[in-house]
Amino acid sequence: MEYIRAFITGGLICVIGQILIDKTNLTSARILVLFATLGVILTGLGIYEHVVEFGGAGATVPLPGFGYALAKGAIKGVKEMGILGAFSGGIMATAGGIAAAIVFGYLTAVLFDPKSKN
Amino acid sequence: MESLDVKQKKINQEYQKYANSIPPKSNTVTNCAMAFLVGGIICTIGQAINNIAKNYYNMNTEEASATTSITLILIAALLTGLGLYEKIGKRAGAGSIVPITGFSNSIVSPAMEHKREGYVMGIGAKMFSVAGPVLVYGVSASVVVGLIHYFFIK
Repeated sequence: MEYIRAFITGGLICVIGQILIDKTNLTSARILVLFATLGVILTGLGIYEHVVEFGGAGATVPLPGFGYALAKGAIKGVKEMGILGAFSGGIMATAGGIAAAIVFGYLTAVLFDPKSKN
Repeated sequence: MESLDVKQKKINQEYQKYANSIPPKSNTVTNCAMAFLVGGIICTIGQAINNIAKNYYNMNTEEASATTSITLILIAALLTGLGLYEKIGKRAGAGSIVPITGFSNSIVSPAMEHKREGYVMGIGAKMFSVAGPVLVYGVSASVVVGLIHYFFIK
């Protein structure tokens, strides 16, 4: 059941992205920025927490989930450290993912060459 | 002469209407179905990694979530390096862009493309052509949320 909820939630978030791409000519870069930022805003408003409760990884794996982790970290940071936490909390919560993206991204780009497009 | 022009215009307009109405609609439906399927599958794999991290490695929710992100980012980086992620992306559209794997792809893909510009301004700089803006807006928004919590809610 958990897996079905993740499948449906993640699938629906991607469908919203697909509709935006097809209907508005937004580039994929803008979609990624928009979704991450929306995730932060919806978490700040206390809405995205419910989506995560229902969808699990279906809500945390798509880019709004990255925004969710950022915002949740900032809120947690404020509770634990005060105003400093507003600045450090978001990156602390997402540090693993950001570092992994940088290191794995760099290594892959060094090791592999772009495939010729057929 | 004028009536011919008007006629031609009418035909053009009608054709435009026809062209606008039929093919994109059916495309959008197929695109959405593929996005749903692929996006759903990626999230289900994420859920599986998350559950393994929680149940077999006794991680809490945040640790498991970070582990899931890191694993998916690694898989997507490798698939991009091997040229397979683009193949999935051709069919999946947003289904391969919106998940965190798409974020990873958006780092590796331009970095590889601009490799010959060097290791600093090529790979080093171009890695962030999409990931950079995501971090700029995401992190800034999270600081704003934190500050609002500090001043108004806490």
